Amino acid sequence: MLRFLTRRTLGATVTLLIIAVVTFFLFFAVPGDPARLFCGKICTPESLIQVRHNLGLDQPIFVQFVQWLSGIFVGRDYPAYGHCPAPCLGYSFVNKEPVFDAIIDRMPVTISLTIGAAIIFLLFGVSMGVIAALRQGKPLDKIASVSSLIGASVQIYFIGTLAVYFLVFQWHILERPQYVPFTENPLEWASGLLLPWIVLAVIFTANYTRMTRSTMVEQLSEDFVRTARAKGMSQRTVVLRFALRGTLIPIVTIFGLDVSTLIGGAIITETTFSLQGIGRLSIKAVVDSDLPMLMATVLVAAGAIVVFNVIVDALYAVIDPRVRLS
Amino acid sequence: MTAVTLTERSPGRRGDAFLSVQDLHVSFRTEDGVVKAVNGLSFEVERGTTLGIVGQSGSGKSVTNLAILGLHSKEHTEITGEIWYGDTELIGPGGRTMERLRGNRIAMIFQDPLTSLSPYHTIGRQISEVYRKHKGASKAEGRDRAIEMLQRVGIPNAKIRVDDYPHHFSGGMRQRAMIAMALVCDPDLLIADEPTTALDVTVQAQILDLLRNLQQDFGTSIILITHDLGVVAHTADNVMVMYAGRAAERGTAAEVLGAPRHPYTWGLLSSIPRLSSSVDVPLKPVRGTPPSLLNPPSGCPFHPRCDYPQLAGPELCFTERPELSPETGHADACYLTLKQKQETFAKIKETL
Repeated sequence: MLRFLTRRTLGATVTLLIIAVVTFFLFFAVPGDPARLFCGKICTPESLIQVRHNLGLDQPIFVQFVQWLSGIFVGRDYPAYGHCPAPCLGYSFVNKEPVFDAIIDRMPVTISLTIGAAIIFLLFGVSMGVIAALRQGKPLDKIASVSSLIGASVQIYFIGTLAVYFLVFQWHILERPQYVPFTENPLEWASGLLLPWIVLAVIFTANYTRMTRSTMVEQLSEDFVRTARAKGMSQRTVVLRFALRGTLIPIVTIFGLDVSTLIGGAIITETTFSLQGIGRLSIKAVVDSDLPMLMATVLVAAGAIVVFNVIVDALYAVIDPRVRLS
Repeated sequence: MTAVTLTERSPGRRGDAFLSVQDLHVSFRTEDGVVKAVNGLSFEVERGTTLGIVGQSGSGKSVTNLAILGLHSKEHTEITGEIWYGDTELIGPGGRTMERLRGNRIAMIFQDPLTSLSPYHTIGRQISEVYRKHKGASKAEGRDRAIEMLQRVGIPNAKIRVDDYPHHFSGGMRQRAMIAMALVCDPDLLIADEPTTALDVTVQAQILDLLRNLQQDFGTSIILITHDLGVVAHTADNVMVMYAGRAAERGTAAEVLGAPRHPYTWGLLSSIPRLSSSVDVPLKPVRGTPPSLLNPPSGCPFHPRCDYPQLAGPELCFTERPELSPETGHADACYLTLKQKQETFAKIKETL
């Protein structure tokens, strides 16, 4: 296990480094001058040079990259803003604050959004899939497949907007989406995020229902499931302990992908519900040509994917003892 | 269980056989129509004896035995007839009653030990959970029992191997583990569905010896499903030859294999390769193909493949289905007279 983790951590670091290099150089490949944006509307050529120097944009690209990279590990000194302690992901050109602080500030919003939605769509998706598989061809199965098809076809900005309009403003069933830190008030944290959770869950559940149903149907016809029945195990045990076990493998796979994508920033969801998470931070960074911020959000998104990949691989070994051999 | 034990005995039920199957019909609804997998099958198993059921693929051997355990899906299967296990009728109750019998009083060994054991649980867990479910044993008792069972079926280092997963076991060991699992509650009836087909010959013999020893020690009745007549000759007390979901011939092993009366049994015996014959003598298969169970042939289901319908009289085999007769003892479902059968087999015997 230790060897597995070491190997994977090393691999993850290399992956992140490659992503950082590509993002960094891509940024300079696109037209636009960040210093000009930063300088504002009234900008003399002298102050433009000054700004460029302050941001370090007058250095060669390679030097800038090395400065940025070493900042992460040892911190960095800016002539105009002072010291930025490690891990320093740079100063935002636009917000004029350390990027790391902005990320730390926004991260809880995105994580809260992800955790709540993930719990709902995992539980609902898997249980609906299991029920559909057990009731093949029956009305319940058809309801599940039709509703999951609808769920998979709608877009967040469409049902999100409708949901806000009806559930919040017309019928006053749910609270207006807002973020209250969990540590401040867990109840308000949950009620403020309930609507985005539900809307996200509606869209994601479909995938889990379909995946669970089809894999479960296969598993139920496995020989070892028949053996379990022949041993006198109850229907509940047969389904939950035997058939569901193999069904978990594809579920864990897509769950890892979905959660890591959401942590990287649910851009549309955050925008629809006016939540200040990583997603909105990253889209703003792109619009503003805010290189340090952009780098940071890309790294967060990539990091989430890499980390969840490792977690998913470890879970495979937990679920299926045959994987532990290699 | 009380509700079931009170069910009245069928008037047609003969004797006090330990397991009695009467006029069993099993059919499956498929997209192409109704498949009649078992058509009016009756047989009995006495306590402590072995019944060998022989027949080619699709003759209804496995379907019959899955029906005894009630393992057919209710939605797609129609089962009529009677299956009596002692005083308990096994068709119908379903649910808890069958759960309590399965693995406890009636156990089954499946053909492929590789796919029939759960890859996700240890061997010990898979054995002990049966014991715990039916005997209400604790975790520790279940584990001790699993080790005891593994020792009994001849797994070396059972105390260590009990925590292994099936993929750590060889094919023969897996089948032994499967047998240990089936016998953990000391069942009265063991159904072994081609228990040695997936194993090589030396392991086959070991497994069959093991089953025989366990039967001697514990008085278990065994239904042994196989297509291997050699296996039947060595292990079975009684033999039933099945064809197209019906019994073609039944009797003691000596009767059916020594003086077979049904043309299909003759065909099966003729198709066995002999070590003594020269290698360039081609094998003699039963000509033709197994009948479709969607549209079974009229009359005797074997007539399209039979060489002797003209002996039995014109048209008889083509229109009327022969019944298994006589009611007890060595019986077969064929219109030939006993004398014709004896004379014909005497001729065939020379070529065997």
